Amino acid sequence: MANTNRPLSPHLQVYRWQLTMALSIVHRGTGIALCAGIPFLLYWIRSLTSGEAGYYEAQAFFASAFGQLVLLVLSASLFYHLCNGIRHLYWDLARGLDLPAVYRSGRLVLVATGALTVIAWIAAYLAPGGGA
Amino acid sequence: MSLRSPLGRVLGSGSAKEGVDHWWWQRLTAVALVPLGIWFVVAVISLVGAGHAEARAWAAAPVNMVLLIAFTAALLHHAQLGLQVVIEDYVHNEAWKLAGLLAIKFLAALAFIWVVVMLFSAS
Repeated sequence: MANTNRPLSPHLQVYRWQLTMALSIVHRGTGIALCAGIPFLLYWIRSLTSGEAGYYEAQAFFASAFGQLVLLVLSASLFYHLCNGIRHLYWDLARGLDLPAVYRSGRLVLVATGALTVIAWIAAYLAPGGGA
Repeated sequence: MSLRSPLGRVLGSGSAKEGVDHWWWQRLTAVALVPLGIWFVVAVISLVGAGHAEARAWAAAPVNMVLLIAFTAALLHHAQLGLQVVIEDYVHNEAWKLAGLLAIKFLAALAFIWVVVMLFSAS
């Protein structure tokens, strides 16, 4: 068998934390979170086409404290995964790959995620019947 | 001339010749999900506080049905491609890995069929 004592990479326990690795891990984390959110998407689509009782039951669920927490996590995850996904597509064009650019785009992703999440929630709360 | 070792050839190791396919579909669905995802978020916000009749009419409008089906198709395919990598990275037991990979692919297909049936059963 191969030498199992060979050096393995990456050694996350002894690796100095950097923005780039944190953003990479969060990209995978938000991807998994969004997968966990798919049942809520299916529930919402079903409520659109079901009868009145089913629709208002789903509306009540998403307006509840737990429902709002789910939507907050999912919306922030979606905006992060969207922004960082665009960053990945930009890298696929072999652009923005030098170290300063990678850090710049990483910080931009964080700012954009925060801004889009806040804007979306303000828009939702200001909507007619949005609770504001 | 092949550069592969005789042992590697006997063990059947090496590329499955499908890596580019996975990479390409992940990018293709990602590109599709940029406009579709933005459309979805705007649509959900526009439906906040909508009554039953309004929501139902929205979901029955052909343009919304088309975009919602396109969104869920791209989303589910992208999701199962991503989960496949996560499972391949972290699940080392071959039986569990195979079971997990089959499960996410079947679930994604079922979820897509479910969405289409839901949307068409309403109109």
